Amino acid sequence: MERTQLRRQVALTRQSLFDQGFLDEQFIQLEDLQDDANPNFVEEVVTLYYRDSARLITNIEKALEKNSLDFNKLDGFMHQFKGSSSSIGAKKVKAECTLFREYCRAGNGEGCTRTFQQIKKEYATLKRKLEAYFQVVRQAGPAETACWPK
Amino acid sequence: MLNLGYCKGSMSTASSGGVSDQFPAGLRVLVVDDDPTCLVILEKMLRICLYEVTKCNRAEIALSLLRENRNGYDIVISDVHMPDMDGFKLLELIGLEMDLPVIMMSADDGKNVVMKGVTHGACDYLIKPIRIEALKNIWQHVVRKRKNEYLEQSGSVEEGGDRLQKQSEDADYSSSANEGSWKNSKRRKDEEEEVDERDDTSTLKKPRVVWSVELHQQFVAAVNQLGIDKAVPKKILELMNVPGLTRENVASHLQKYRLYLRRLSGVSQHQSGMGNSFISTQEATYGSLSSLNGLDLQTLAAASQIPAQSLATLQAAGLGRSTAKPRMPMPIVDQRNLFSFENPKLRFGEGQQQHLNNGKQINLLHGIPTTMEPKQLANMHHSAQSLGSMNMQLNAHGDPSGSLLMQMSQQQSRGQILNEATSSQVPRLPSSIGQPIVNNALASGVLARNGLAESGRGTGFNPVSQSSSTMNFPLNTTAELTATSFALGSAPGVPSLTSKGVFPEDINSEIKGPGGFIMPSYDIFSDLQHHRSHEWELQNAGMTFNGSQQSNSLQSNVDVASSVLAHQGFSSSQSNGQGRNISAVGKPMFSAGDATDHVNAQSLGQPLNNFFAENLVRVKTERVPDASLQTTLFNEQFGQEDLMSALLKQQQQQQAGIGPAENEFDFDGYSLDNIPV
Repeated sequence: MERTQLRRQVALTRQSLFDQGFLDEQFIQLEDLQDDANPNFVEEVVTLYYRDSARLITNIEKALEKNSLDFNKLDGFMHQFKGSSSSIGAKKVKAECTLFREYCRAGNGEGCTRTFQQIKKEYATLKRKLEAYFQVVRQAGPAETACWPK
Repeated sequence: MLNLGYCKGSMSTASSGGVSDQFPAGLRVLVVDDDPTCLVILEKMLRICLYEVTKCNRAEIALSLLRENRNGYDIVISDVHMPDMDGFKLLELIGLEMDLPVIMMSADDGKNVVMKGVTHGACDYLIKPIRIEALKNIWQHVVRKRKNEYLEQSGSVEEGGDRLQKQSEDADYSSSANEGSWKNSKRRKDEEEEVDERDDTSTLKKPRVVWSVELHQQFVAAVNQLGIDKAVPKKILELMNVPGLTRENVASHLQKYRLYLRRLSGVSQHQSGMGNSFISTQEATYGSLSSLNGLDLQTLAAASQIPAQSLATLQAAGLGRSTAKPRMPMPIVDQRNLFSFENPKLRFGEGQQQHLNNGKQINLLHGIPTTMEPKQLANMHHSAQSLGSMNMQLNAHGDPSGSLLMQMSQQQSRGQILNEATSSQVPRLPSSIGQPIVNNALASGVLARNGLAESGRGTGFNPVSQSSSTMNFPLNTTAELTATSFALGSAPGVPSLTSKGVFPEDINSEIKGPGGFIMPSYDIFSDLQHHRSHEWELQNAGMTFNGSQQSNSLQSNVDVASSVLAHQGFSSSQSNGQGRNISAVGKPMFSAGDATDHVNAQSLGQPLNNFFAENLVRVKTERVPDASLQTTLFNEQFGQEDLMSALLKQQQQQQAGIGPAENEFDFDGYSLDNIPV
């Protein structure tokens, strides 16, 4: 019974991530890739994402601290970050990245800085939520990752 | 499971060659992306598709993997933005050296970037985040490319057509595509033998010239001695003093060589920044540049705008390997490969068939109108591209240097080029489409041409559909154009084809051989066009071209292209005439507004396929226009300048938002008859 409850919790948590706009359809693509050969694929990928993107975040931060902003460089970093984020389905993060890039193109440093704060916030929030989600998933048992019906 | 930071090899043994009963299962994919997250996801997706995946997070590593084992991979998927090397550069190199289909991917879906992919010869462009559905069909690019190579290599259109038919009947695609020794050794597994090949060989009309490294070096030495601008095939031939070599052989090789040079200069201009790191890496990786490089450098410098300083650097590097990091981002890789056609069957003297092979690399000159004979062009391409593989497909698959300009000029010589251009219409290929952008046009053109009973691989045609909405090839462009030999295949949007003289009437007459160039039937274009309805503006521009091209190709007359153009509103003085049986092939449906959206070649009828098959071959060869090709087998009636200006105008129009594609597509029958031959 507990297991069933856990499974339900997994399903609900998962659903809320979608409903609240944290995740988009790409996340489902990841879930579809999970199989017996890679039973924790989604979690592994998300972990990898957070590890690798931390580096990008740092780069962007440093670049934003400069007196005169190199928008091309910033745009380049953000392009990478956005690509990465979109590949795991990080919807809100991705949206902020798009906004950031627009500010870059417009040469609006203030806009970039502001948006970047927003990005970091969304990035951290998502991380928290996903960690909680994966925890429930693990608790519910290995075969229990919610699979969205195709 | 997550092994990142290095390239994991999981290459299959060569024997299967990617073509097995379970094809496309076992397709050997090399995926290159600096983003570890994406790389892992892609790897998993590809594995689920039952492909054999090797992943790589650095372009240089990918290149060395490819170089070490040319036959070890069937297709490459690469990201556009990578820290160590621009994805387009990698694309070009792969196309030059290995002639593998390359799919580009990026989170950037901007039209320009997608267009760049097209012009650089990518056979497809996927937008990130990538869905598995987009990867499921990538095998079509491999098949298409092989088929095109096959066609190109056939001695004649008819033979190719027959062969194509056989192919279609043959369940084992790859084996049927293998044609004799001159087939791309990479692709064709030796164990695949085709009885037909013998037949094909016997019908070959001209002996094939193999441009070995030594021969090419002699050629380059002769060219350098004469001066690149003054190097005429006759004199080169005399200087080389090689018994058995004909002026025609030299002419076509010269054409290719010029294209190669142009492309290099374009690349260097475009990627000077990249060049440094790249070059140094290259040197480190590849050891010393061959002496050929040195020679080439000279020629290249002479022919292009390489600054003397760079040239000196390069030469020093090449000759002495000592020092300097050449600034010019020449495709350092083994230049020798470029011109050494290992394929024994390279037929320079032949008709255009060879050209088709060259499709790959032809660096389209950026906006340099060259009245290269189609044959010459093709030959040039051939040489430029082949790195060991004879099949240089002119435009098509993943031709790194697919600049539209080239195409344009090529088209002049051959209508087929148009086809290719049209395919580039699609600037962005949604991953779902999975259509090869460029090459398809070619293929389709070829198939359609002779009415061969193409096995009807729908996929073949699709490439064009990919929607390169922006074919506006900026004639004057720059880096993009020059460096990219745009594999036209399917870029309907190639505005560059402005007819004016593009369609070499001459070519038509000359091309007789195998059947001339057959432009992909219009249908394909129309499909393509439809496919990207939202990209109409550019597409329209391009489409007109395509249409014309296609129509031209239909006929196996290059002229058709011109005539088509004429109809489209281009002032094609020349046009026409030659063979426009477009109607025979299918109706050129350029109605821009027609959104059938079926890009897939499948929608094209069988006749188109046949037609395309033929055209494909043809188109390839003739693509390469060489501005200063002196020995032009075909009359150089059409001035490329005209074409260029027309193209430019078109582009301008397009850019201005004028997209009255419909008007241009209104071909109601071309009067090809008027085309002076």
